Amino acid sequence: MTKFFHSVMLEKNKCVGCTNCVKRCPTQAIRVRNGKAVIHSKRCIDCGECIRVCPHKAKKAATKKISIIKDFEYTVAIPDPSLFGQFNNLKDINVVLTAIKKLGFNFVYEASRGAELIMDSIKKLLEENRIRTPIISSACPAIVRLIRLRFPDLCDNVLELEAPMEVTAKLAKDEISEKYGIPFEKIKAVFIAPCPAKVSAVAAPLAKDKSWVDAVISIGDVYPLLISEMSKLSKDDIEDIAKSGSEGIGWGVSSAAARTFFNEKYLAADGIENAIRILEELEEFRIRGIDFIELSACSAGCVGGVMCVENAYVAKAKIHKLMKDLPLFKNSVDGEIPDFLRWEKELEFEPVLKLSEDVGEAIALMDKMDKLYESLPGMDCGSCGAPTCRAFAEDVVMGRAKQNNCIYILKDHIEYVIDTLEDTLKKLKGVTFDDS
Amino acid sequence: MKTNDSLKLHYEVSGDDFISAGIASSRVKNKLKQIGYPPIAIRKVAVAMYEAEINMVIHANGGTIDVDINSERIKVILKDIGPGIPDIEKAMQEGFSTATDEIRELGFGAGMGLPNIKSYTDELKIDTVLGQGTTIEITVYCKS
Repeated sequence: MTKFFHSVMLEKNKCVGCTNCVKRCPTQAIRVRNGKAVIHSKRCIDCGECIRVCPHKAKKAATKKISIIKDFEYTVAIPDPSLFGQFNNLKDINVVLTAIKKLGFNFVYEASRGAELIMDSIKKLLEENRIRTPIISSACPAIVRLIRLRFPDLCDNVLELEAPMEVTAKLAKDEISEKYGIPFEKIKAVFIAPCPAKVSAVAAPLAKDKSWVDAVISIGDVYPLLISEMSKLSKDDIEDIAKSGSEGIGWGVSSAAARTFFNEKYLAADGIENAIRILEELEEFRIRGIDFIELSACSAGCVGGVMCVENAYVAKAKIHKLMKDLPLFKNSVDGEIPDFLRWEKELEFEPVLKLSEDVGEAIALMDKMDKLYESLPGMDCGSCGAPTCRAFAEDVVMGRAKQNNCIYILKDHIEYVIDTLEDTLKKLKGVTFDDS
Repeated sequence: MKTNDSLKLHYEVSGDDFISAGIASSRVKNKLKQIGYPPIAIRKVAVAMYEAEINMVIHANGGTIDVDINSERIKVILKDIGPGIPDIEKAMQEGFSTATDEIRELGFGAGMGLPNIKSYTDELKIDTVLGQGTTIEITVYCKS
């Protein structure tokens, strides 16, 4: 898997070449070329905004279908906590977990269990003063990818612990293997995900070589199946599977969980544009007195993921309700933080936005870009296929587009050609294109 | 390394628009990232320039910023026609000695004053005339 793998894909036949996705992409990774959207894979962070805004449903995430479990001998489902916000009047998550088993999984471990282990570990790191603050949560893979592309100085602030799905997958495999004597490799973990960024985090993890998760399926795909199974369950059918406290379940919504945990030294922002603003301010040392920063690319947190069914804010309210009667934690780390919670590799900055390897040459290119930009209309109309006139200027200077792709420049050229032609014809025959 | 290439940028900073304060330093920061300047140099410029820009809005009713970038160094000149700094030596010390951390943290943004601008620059020149204005020249080297 390449280090710039991304899971958002285009269904070419559905794309009409409009610029909705181009305009919305937070990393300006999309251009329209020859009438179709093209994703620049080095710049894509898999946030899923393009899937969300595409009016033609031409973008999708490369998830697996649930039938994949037939290929595995033993399966453990790892539902993201955001799944619990998708159902009406849910009082006990065991109903959902039992229904997941009915779909054919052998075991179910909620990802919120891993989330609790992570929170407990952060607490230890903070108490022992072993970590650079403010810590930026590594739970949202789109945010981690954004930081590695755009915020070199903040790479060291990202929490070097695995995300809940990873921790839970490993925990589940270890426990199941020990309890039932099933070889570890035969147990396959299937994550039920709210967003394409998690698909990428599994296919091409940034901080390790191979994910503990073996396949990712979408909440949207399993939702109708679960509703059907849940409606068939009688009270006696419901198994006691859940082992999550309110902090773990709250991980699925922005600012619900860790706020109580880190008290006043805690900051949460959701929605990719808001997250970018926070990162910009952090980079300039403008945010102080904060220990933990939780950023999620989606509005309202993972419940806002593009593969979720329910409205993000409605789902958030439902999760708050589920959290109410639970103890804070049901999982904790005893003693030292286990190795499998830690990143195996450091997050490395990837300067994909750099104009050239040579600083002098990059300065010259930037100067050219600025000058070209001055000559553009500045309307950011998107007709050229780039999101803004500035992005277009960069494309031209870097040889990825031609000046005539700008319809205003083209119009000027055409007018010039017409005028010249007209003049020439006038001189030759006295003919004119004018109506009068 | 080529040294003949240079990029010159000019910004007008409005004195009555506090909401937009900091835009020039943010733009310069993002340009430097695209140019591929080392992260440490970018952070220095971003913090020092932001602080000076904010000072210009708060104390001097705005002014102009000229940035000159080449492959060896970044030079930022912030010029205002504000009241000037009465005792420059004292202003350079004050942040260190008198103001407590708590008081400083009440300030907008970095809120750290001239001594801290200095600590984020490789060279700092301040030219100030009472009643006429202040010019601050910040230099950060690419390989600092």
